[in-house]
Amino acid sequence: MFGTYDRPDQRNMLDQTRQGVIGKPLDRPEGHLKVAGQATYAAEYQRPNCAEGVLVGATISQGRVTAIHRDKVMSMPGVLGVYAADAMLRRAAQGMAAEAPKQDVQIVDFPMQPVALVVAETFEQATAAAKALQIDYEETSDVPFSPKGQETEPGSEPIESGDLEATMAQMAHTIDVTYTTPGHASAAMEPHASIAEWDGDKLTLWGSFQMLRYNVKELADSLGVASRNVKIMSPYVGGGFGSKLGISHDAIAAAVAARDLGRPVRVVLTRQQVFEIIMRRSETEQRVRLGADEKGRLQALGHEAWVSNLPEESFAEPVVQATQFLYAGENRRLAVELARICRVTAGSVRAPGEAVGMQVLEAAMDELACEMQIDPVKLRKRNIPSTVPGDDTPYASRKLAEALDEGAKAFGWDKRAKKPCQRREGEWWIGMGMASAARVNMIMPAQARVTMRADGSVLVQSDQTDIGTGSYAILGQIAAEMLGQPIDRTTVELGDSSLPSGAGSGGSFGAASTGSAVFRACEAIRAVLAGRLKCRPDDLQLQDGKAWAEGIEPRDVTDLLDGDIAKIGRIKPGKTSNSHQQATYGAFFVEVAVNAFTGETRLRRMTGAFGIGRVLNEKTARSQCLGGMVWGIGSALTEELAFDERDGHLVNHDLAEYHVPVHRDIPPMEVIFVEERDPVASPIQAKGVGELGICGAAGAISNAIYNACGVRLRSFPMTPDKVLAELPDPFAK
Amino acid sequence: MAHTPAARIAVNGTYHDYNGDPRRSLLDFLRLELGMTGTKKGCDHGQCGACTVHVNGRRVNSCLSLAVMHDGDEITTIEGIGMPDKLSALQKAFVEHDGYQCGYCTPGQICSAAAMIEELKADWPSALTEGVASNPVPSDDELRERMSGNLCRCGAYDNIIAAIKDAMGKEVAS
Repeated sequence: MFGTYDRPDQRNMLDQTRQGVIGKPLDRPEGHLKVAGQATYAAEYQRPNCAEGVLVGATISQGRVTAIHRDKVMSMPGVLGVYAADAMLRRAAQGMAAEAPKQDVQIVDFPMQPVALVVAETFEQATAAAKALQIDYEETSDVPFSPKGQETEPGSEPIESGDLEATMAQMAHTIDVTYTTPGHASAAMEPHASIAEWDGDKLTLWGSFQMLRYNVKELADSLGVASRNVKIMSPYVGGGFGSKLGISHDAIAAAVAARDLGRPVRVVLTRQQVFEIIMRRSETEQRVRLGADEKGRLQALGHEAWVSNLPEESFAEPVVQATQFLYAGENRRLAVELARICRVTAGSVRAPGEAVGMQVLEAAMDELACEMQIDPVKLRKRNIPSTVPGDDTPYASRKLAEALDEGAKAFGWDKRAKKPCQRREGEWWIGMGMASAARVNMIMPAQARVTMRADGSVLVQSDQTDIGTGSYAILGQIAAEMLGQPIDRTTVELGDSSLPSGAGSGGSFGAASTGSAVFRACEAIRAVLAGRLKCRPDDLQLQDGKAWAEGIEPRDVTDLLDGDIAKIGRIKPGKTSNSHQQATYGAFFVEVAVNAFTGETRLRRMTGAFGIGRVLNEKTARSQCLGGMVWGIGSALTEELAFDERDGHLVNHDLAEYHVPVHRDIPPMEVIFVEERDPVASPIQAKGVGELGICGAAGAISNAIYNACGVRLRSFPMTPDKVLAELPDPFAK
Repeated sequence: MAHTPAARIAVNGTYHDYNGDPRRSLLDFLRLELGMTGTKKGCDHGQCGACTVHVNGRRVNSCLSLAVMHDGDEITTIEGIGMPDKLSALQKAFVEHDGYQCGYCTPGQICSAAAMIEELKADWPSALTEGVASNPVPSDDELRERMSGNLCRCGAYDNIIAAIKDAMGKEVAS
């Protein structure tokens, strides 16, 4: 069985099985390790005789290295080597690259790009030597530092249909606005780290990665070794959010030094390096044009974005990805233009595209609703198209209207004042805002092995990672459900590249893809068990270690086992990927307080309603949504990469200056899951959940700020200085 | 003057003599010297709180403190709060409420919360407390304010507060 998913699996099997663990809000099986600090992350393996490496960043913005003065630091205490090998990376790999990214650290592409690795006996010695290392450069200035005023090239094929301009001119209600969003950082809590150890020509690398199947190839290609000689261990990953999709500088540098020194080498990025050298989300400028007829039906829709990246990078933030299918408007132009600039690589940061595209589209939709004096929820419901505008593709399951309704009801949206500046509590303006949520959905090739042991216990194995997403929990639940075993008789092993290749953690596709592979492996085991019980697989009933079928008395499943049954399940995207428009949908509702004197915005409460297909674990799925909503708060109010436009260097390169939300920024939060099964998406009827919670959230907050105090900023983040400049007279009656 | 001061440091009740590099942080002493990696390094600059431990009962960022400065101090790390087979009530509450996702900030959150609960009992005010003499009432906002030194990029904040409240409630009840 090749496993291509060509026809929607309508059997809905996980609703027929009897174990009753699927979807349940079970605790994470690895939770007891995490809360005791005993889950082992990349840098924490105790390898004998491990040397410590520290990367050295370029002090020029672009150019080349002409000399590295090794001698002086080689005589410093404990120093073992200074490396600037051809294999070392100047850029981190993009997600799913599966090949070496840009190598050769004699060339400098952007400020602070690693140009050398210093290795010493101890971390302190390596750090001191790295700081002391003198490097000569030849500086160039071919690439501009700011996207402002630069020529651009298409970042993707524009989508055009009908006549946008002519239709805009005829519409009763139009909006033509330009918003900006700043660069974002993933800022996962665990810095990128690698321990490399060679055994002959075989490399073991303990690293922090999201997608091992691709990472193995990236490592092998970069080092010029065969993939079969590379093993990655990444069972626990301290957050990724896109930044660990591809390999980064630490991995190859550690491998190069370890091979030369004949001993393990550990390289951990400093927090500043994580910000400076891995991956940024591009800043965007977005022009949104909306044209609606008298009844509020969109007839014209323009969404054009300007983003940036380094030369020769193919990634362009896909800003208009959800705009393509979310709302009506046959006359449309959707486009992304890309400028080439000298700043750290732009790549995937949680929900690439929608994270910034949706927040702007949803802010513009609010502007249209205000212009029309129509309820923003109504405006959105009025514009849910029957097929994808422009290409007539039918939709897979889509719960946008339900999410809007259920979210509005739970939140108490009917209490929202229709105009700004209607509600004041002391020095605070109070307002409400909403936005739709949307994120494309897909599956990716995935494999998993499931073993039912002779004692009936179940082992699930895949190189799938769990970056906090809940893979350990949900993959075990799928197997326990399918094979009728209690959850505590199920073990899940992940993050070892020698195991069958899962989809990896990215693009919200890990759960549905690798989950489907586990599902199919279990189906194969069920077929064996059914054969032994002498019933049809569809008639087989399994629960709490018992097996039966109609007319066949229950017996212990162990009676059917004379040894282990191990099966590998496989799935690949097939015709369902193109036959329907697949996406997850939802709605955000927020209440904010804006200080009438200082412009400070505080979230008071936030509700998200989401349709994500089958919920595999209500607890971990809810957490994924909460996390996305927290990111939305950061995008709306505080997060902003600040680059110096004179030399491209990142000014706020740490957690003191790049402001991710903290405890105090987060209000009480509510997550509602709209009941949904999506057989087009996957045989387990599940879709993705890891990114939807951010896609539009910041728009809801900006809309609430407007509703509170009448300030319509078109520049994220909406910091107090920007709000203050626009605030109405706090004493006006 | 190549003199290295020695420090005798009690970690979770066990004494360790430190004669190493004076540049070594308390955090790296725990992680690299003792191999106790439950305490996490997130920023090495006192910005994220992942390295929070207790020094003589008070929560500190162990990355901002040198090992040699802790002669005679008693350090409690996450390993001292509870190991997987014998979790504290607070740790159990984090599991139950999903007060984490990736788990990397978690030991710091728990160490911080454990000390914060003691600070509340001792009537320590926070920035949110009106007047230093008033007893801080642990509202959700009060807890959020006091926990704001511990970043969680996965955004588990709401669940972390729920876990802390749950554990505090159980402590009061027992």
